[in-house]
Amino acid sequence: MSERRHAFASVRATARLIAVKDLRIERRGRVLTNQVLPFALIVMVMFAFALDSDAVLERVAPGLVWLATLFSTLFVIARSFAVEGSDGALDQLRTSGAPSAGIFLGKALALMVQLLVLVVVLVVAAVVLYRADLSWQGGVLLVTTAVAATGGLAAVGTLYGGLSAGAKGRETLLPLLVLPVVAPVLIGATRATESAFGTNGIAVGEGWPWLGLLAVFAVLFGVTGAIAFGSLLDE
Amino acid sequence: MAPDPPVVLNDAVVVIGAFPVLAGANLTVRSGEIVLLRGPNGAGKTTLLRLCAGLIELKRGRGRVLGHDLSTDRWSVRHRVGLLGHANGLYPDLTVRENVAFWGRTVGATDAEIAAALRRMALDARLADVQISRLSAGQRRRTALAALVARRAELWLLDEPHAGLDAAGRDELDEVLRQAAQAGATIMVASHELERAGTLATRQVEVVAGQVRDSGAIS
Repeated sequence: MSERRHAFASVRATARLIAVKDLRIERRGRVLTNQVLPFALIVMVMFAFALDSDAVLERVAPGLVWLATLFSTLFVIARSFAVEGSDGALDQLRTSGAPSAGIFLGKALALMVQLLVLVVVLVVAAVVLYRADLSWQGGVLLVTTAVAATGGLAAVGTLYGGLSAGAKGRETLLPLLVLPVVAPVLIGATRATESAFGTNGIAVGEGWPWLGLLAVFAVLFGVTGAIAFGSLLDE
Repeated sequence: MAPDPPVVLNDAVVVIGAFPVLAGANLTVRSGEIVLLRGPNGAGKTTLLRLCAGLIELKRGRGRVLGHDLSTDRWSVRHRVGLLGHANGLYPDLTVRENVAFWGRTVGATDAEIAAALRRMALDARLADVQISRLSAGQRRRTALAALVARRAELWLLDEPHAGLDAAGRDELDEVLRQAAQAGATIMVASHELERAGTLATRQVEVVAGQVRDSGAIS
């Protein structure tokens, strides 16, 4: 029992160490604020130009928020593993003896925090650009949706980021691996956000069942990643 | 009873793809030794170091590193060795102190141990709070070695450690390695710079076509 408790504490300590390290690197490098956020906002503005109709934009706003999030997620994942590969830190992580589940959870947590920041900015952009409405009940649903959806995206991103980290052509491999797998997140998060915004008169209450899908997805990939990450790093 | 030598390889075979990079290597490294691995490019020096770090699989033969069987328990070797390849394994956006602390904490090092590692590599005063991206190649190398100290590595596996260093940096590195060996670390160094590494090493072995030949002690 105490051995299991020790292993759990070790995973938790490693996860905290890795997450703090990744977020500190992000704070210093400012890739999220200087590159990813502007990219995501440009995508939103380009959609506004392309569709050029308030009624259409209002209807598709939830989907555009999550599409822009999805595309931007690919950059954040790539950056998360680029910092490990640029000076051979990945080999040091392998020989550090740190539990791979802790490394996975730490990287996923740091990714999730960055994605949450991204979603907040994109939702504000949707409200301003596409004139989306948001009641307080809708706000609660939206916050919960953002947490569950970014959790799922972060888990998948860390899992496939680790898988493609040492592969040739990883820049093109990563979107091919990630995008099909996160389709349920795109669907679930878009439907829940439609309810939160009240798009097409959909009630807020209709969004909660989609949250279940997002939560199951996040837990499934979180557990799978924590178990499989060690083998992936070794490949 | 004398403790096991830190590294014992008997007829070790490592196959990468279909190619046997190590083809029956035999090597024993005793505690506190500084062993120079010399040999041409592609001879298997880096593979030998990575095998000893528990990073690659032993296909045939036997190997024990720090008492762990490489066939069945290579994962247990990893947190007791420090592998420094051509790269330093550092995060350029973090400071010297943050890097050393990060790697130290992966094995549960205390603040005092981290401070001691920085002091030992003369990194505790002006340099400790400087970002890695602003350091010279020699200072980065020193930081990487401080990280190995903070990680309490018992076996140091160094691949071309002098590469990219100027004369002063190389002298500094040699001094650090001698001190580490005196403090009980066992060190294996793969190098093409035979003159320099030869003065540092206590023994040299030649790696040729995946075989290891002991060239004996250096007087």
